[in-house]
This record gives sequence, structure tokens and C-alpha cells, in this order.
Amino acid sequence: MSSPRVLIVDDHSLFRAGVRAELEPLVELAGEAGTVGEAVEAIAREHPDVVLLDVHMPEGGGVEVIRRTAESGTPVPRFLALSVSDAAEDVIAVIRAGARGYVTKSISGEELADAVRRVNGGDAVFSPRLAGFVLDAFAGPLPQPESELDALTPREREVLQHLARGYMYKEIALRLDISPKTVEAHVSSVLRKLQLSSRHELTRWAAERRLVD
Amino acid sequence: MTTHGGAHAPEAAPRPEAARQHLRRDLSGRWLGGVCAGIARRYGIDPWLVRLAFVVATSAGGIGLVIYALGWLVIPAGEVPSGVRRRLPTGRAAVEVALGTGLLLLSVLLVFRALGLWFSDAIVWPLVLVASGAALIWRGSLGGSGSEAASGEASTPSVAPVVRTPARSTAPAAAPAPPMPERLGPVVAELRGALGGLVARTPDGRPTVASISRVAVGVALVIAAAFAFLQATGALSAARDVILSVLAVVVVLGVIFAPWIVRLVRSLTSERAERIRSQERAEMAAHLHDSVLQTLAMVQRRAGEPHEVAAIARRQERELRAWLAGRPAPGQVARLAPALEAVAAEVEERHGVPVEVVAVGDRDLDPATEAVVGAAREAMTNAAKFGGGSTVDVYAECTDRRLQVFVRDRGPGFDPAAIPADRRGVRESIVGRMERHGGRATITGAPGAGTEVELLLEEAG
Repeated sequence: MSSPRVLIVDDHSLFRAGVRAELEPLVELAGEAGTVGEAVEAIAREHPDVVLLDVHMPEGGGVEVIRRTAESGTPVPRFLALSVSDAAEDVIAVIRAGARGYVTKSISGEELADAVRRVNGGDAVFSPRLAGFVLDAFAGPLPQPESELDALTPREREVLQHLARGYMYKEIALRLDISPKTVEAHVSSVLRKLQLSSRHELTRWAAERRLVD
Repeated sequence: MTTHGGAHAPEAAPRPEAARQHLRRDLSGRWLGGVCAGIARRYGIDPWLVRLAFVVATSAGGIGLVIYALGWLVIPAGEVPSGVRRRLPTGRAAVEVALGTGLLLLSVLLVFRALGLWFSDAIVWPLVLVASGAALIWRGSLGGSGSEAASGEASTPSVAPVVRTPARSTAPAAAPAPPMPERLGPVVAELRGALGGLVARTPDGRPTVASISRVAVGVALVIAAAFAFLQATGALSAARDVILSVLAVVVVLGVIFAPWIVRLVRSLTSERAERIRSQERAEMAAHLHDSVLQTLAMVQRRAGEPHEVAAIARRQERELRAWLAGRPAPGQVARLAPALEAVAAEVEERHGVPVEVVAVGDRDLDPATEAVVGAAREAMTNAAKFGGGSTVDVYAECTDRRLQVFVRDRGPGFDPAAIPADRRGVRESIVGRMERHGGRATITGAPGAGTEVELLLEEAG
């Protein structure tokens, strides 16, 4: 598998420089962008495979970049959200907009490169925190599950719980006695549910969580 | 109160136990007291027709006014739909009530006159003044700081002062002749206290400007009433010229300085707002200085020691996040998730190992939950000490009947069966503590695969 080309989008140049220094030896860099507009342009020009996307930026942030890229008709890259924000609202919003995963900025360079490769390969990337958010969002009694999208299967829940506890995919596969590919499949399926679920409470839940948390 | 018989009596005296449809003053559609709107709503007619009827009745000898005033007094206020509630400034509401009370009394007296029971002017006009003044004063003392008190609701309590008007009207008249001059000091103090109690106060105990001026107007009205009474009865004729000229001077001064006073009050208000703003700014600056700037300075000085710099930065990050989110400071947390986070921060600080907490659900702390937090703290400490410096992951999941906490490190791991019997940390602080509170602790781990401590608390049944 050839190394994915990565575009770094973040409004803090200092942070971009840091990520660039960490990723340079590990993946191919397609460039950087510091604003929503620059990001949309750079995506159209460079056709990167993966976009490392800051959640918080002026003029709409990561959600806006994803939306405008989809509108512009250029081939849509895979987005990986990368943020210092641990507010559930922001994270859920960018995932629901179409990002393939979410990692916090405290992640190490190697782990980040690994996450980029995984997203490039079509998989979803869940940090422990995101797994926690999703479990929280899908927890609780459902009045009437309108579709199977509105609930997690017991297995998916189990996989998410292990992710939240800090286990790697391989370790989860070992513990649950399934193949790593199956773990991947579960995680991708959870991501799809998160993006397609008709549970509008998801957004409300996230908004409330920000208030109380 | 004989006159309010007639056509309006049945609807003007609703029984409290009457059904949903009984007569209420309609506060959402009102113009004044909601009497017309209430009647219109009760009988399904256009409120303007009712209002027109009242105007016509008023032109016919003032009877409409009397009925309206009685209606305002007698008909209970309807519920105000909270979304539609029209918030009147309390000041205006108080003036309305005072005006209403004065007019009400006036109309009652006029009715008495019509019936041939006329007291002298010397009593009637002072009484009207006293009623208005008393209403103002009572409003000022009952109406709170203006945060509640939509005038509709408050006009019901204002019935009380009207009833007590005679008692109040005698008080100022009797006051000028204190029987025991030597006891004047305490009396004055008492009076001051009483007046102070009349004034509505802001939450921090300061009287509101509006309530002071309202009470002042009320007091002036009552005093004026007393003077009018004395003057009319001739007792004041000697001092009349003096008082007249003093009054004239006061009025003139008031007219001259009114704009200046208004401006002064306004500038005081804006100055106060500005002061609050700058206080907030100063507070934020102080916080940033104490925390972020100090940390940055420390980071620069210790640039050569990456571990320490990372620890300092992380501690600062936690603190700043908590501050931004408005979370309670550690130590006053009464919920599980913040308590776990506080414990994690503490362990992280002490051992210099990152501790990540992910919590799903939350609950209040009780003795059993606190035991779980305590056991988790011990588990985190162990993970930080023996985990070889790897990140410690803490995951808490909380439902109504189940609380689970996982503490995991990726260190060298160890065989739980091989814990020496004298290792109190694990045996007592984790396993024993959980068991004492009806839970259990499971430690899994294998050499080379890290260690995980699972704490489980399940409600029976």
C-alpha cells in the first residue's frame, strides 16, 4: 500500500508545524491550510487522500470544510478529525458531517500516522474518548427504535467499551476471540450508525452534555 | 360596597370553587387590569365592546369607573401564560397600582356622596392621597427587587393596603406630637429601621434606586395628605405661609434639578455596569496570570527537562479546561465523573504519567460510590507506579443499577495470583474495599500484556 498523501488543516500554525514535523518521516504530506477557504481550495488542488481536520476553526470549522468540499464536486478525501476539543457536541457534529474518525491532539506521532493509514484504508478510527461519547449517546432507553440504526448491537457495544478502556484492535480481537477484521467491521458499522442514525436526540444529547459536563 | 350590585354583580363575585370557565382577569390581553379582557373572554365577546361599554358607563355618572375599579379589586387574576407574560417595569406597575387605589377610593367616596353621605373635603382628598401614597409604599416593600412582580399578580396583594388605609392615615397625623421627647432617639432609630424595611433590595442587600424613589413619592404623598388635612381643618393656618413657600421652593428646585438628577442616576448606572465589566476582566486577567502565564514561564525555564514540562503543561491544561467549562473546583465535586477526573489529575501529577478518563453516564456520590472512587485511585496509583510510564486508561460506565470502572495500563503486567500476601495496597484498598461495599474487584493481567483492574458495583434486585 502506497503511503497516503495528507493535508493538514488547522488554524494554529504552530500546531501545524508540530504535526508536520511528526508526520513527515511517516507519510507523504500534500500541504497545509489555515482557514476553511484555504482548506477547500487545497483539497480541490492537491487531491489528498486524507485530510487531518481541526474541529475548531473560524467560519464554521471542520464541519464547514466537509460540507463545502462535498458541494464543490471534487473527489472527496477521507477526513480524520483532530482536535484539542473534548466537547462531545463538536466531536459528534464533525463525525456526523462525515469524518471517518476522531483523535485528540495529545496522540503521539506514530499513533497519528497509524490512524491516518487506517482511515486511508477505509476503516474508522475511534479514540477512547470518542468511543465513550458514542456509548453515552446511544445509551439509555429508546422510546421506539425507528430502525436498527438507532441502537448498537451487543457486540458493537462490547467493542466500543474495549476501545474506551484503551485496548487496541488486535487486543480486542484476542479478548473477544474474533479476527481483527471483524473488529474493524464492527467499528465501521458503529461509525455508519452514528452518521446515518435518525436519532435526532444525538445532537441534542451532545448539546446538553456540553452544558452539564 | 352596596353599589356593586346591579347587572355586574354575578360575574364580579366568582366563587373560588367554580369550574375552569369562571371569571378571571385576563392578564395576557389586558390594557389596564385585565377586567374587560377577562369578561370578554369569559362570555366570548370582543373585548373592545366591553371596553366601550365601560367607557359609556363611565360617562354616565362615573359608574363605569367604579365598577371597573371594583372588578379589578374583586376578580382574581387569571394565569399568565409564561411565554406571553408582559413584563412591565415594576416602577410603572407601582404607579398604576397607586393611581388605581387612589381612583378606587375616590370613586367609593363619590358614590357615598351620591348617596348623600358626604364627609367634608378636608377628609376626602387627604384620604385619597394617603391611599395612593400607601399603595406606593407597600408596593415598594412588597414588590421585591423587581425580578418578579408582573403587575397583574402583584395587584392582588395591593388589595391589602387599601383595606388598611385608615390605620395608616392616622399614623403620620399623630406622629408630630411625640409624648415623651426623651425617647425620641430610639423612636427615630426605630422609624429609620421601619423605613429601611420598606425599601426593596437587590440580592446583595442594596436598595434599588427605583424602589427608593417609589417609596419617597409614597411618603411625600402621605405627608402631603396630613398637611392637607391639617390645613383644611384650620390647624395649620398659622404655618401655612411658611409651608407654602417651602413647598414652592422645593417644587422649583425639583424642576430645576430634575434633568441633572436624572443624568446623575443614569451616569451612576452606566458607571456601575462599566465597573462590573472591568471587574470581570480583572478577574479573568488574574486567573490567566496565576495559571497560564505562570505555567508558560515555568515551561520556558525548564525547557531542558521534557518530562517535567509535559507534566506542567498537562496539569495546566486540565485546570484551564475545568475553568472554561465552569466545572466545580476539585474538592467540591459530588458526582462520580468529576470525582474520578479529580483523582486522575492527582495521580497524574504525583507520578508524572498521563491518566485518561472516559466516563459514560454519571451519578451522585454515596458511600459505596466513594469506595469505588477510592479503589480506583489505588488502582490508578498502582498503574502509574508499575505501568512502565505508559498511559493509564480509566473507563467508567454507569447505569441505574450498575457501576463499572476499568483501570488499565500497558506496562509489563504481572500475575495477579502471585501478589504477596503483605501487599496491602491491592488486597485492602482495592479488593477489600470493594467487597465491604457489596462490590467486587477483578484484576486481570499477564506478564507482558499490561494490567487491568475492574471494579464492579451492582445493585441487588
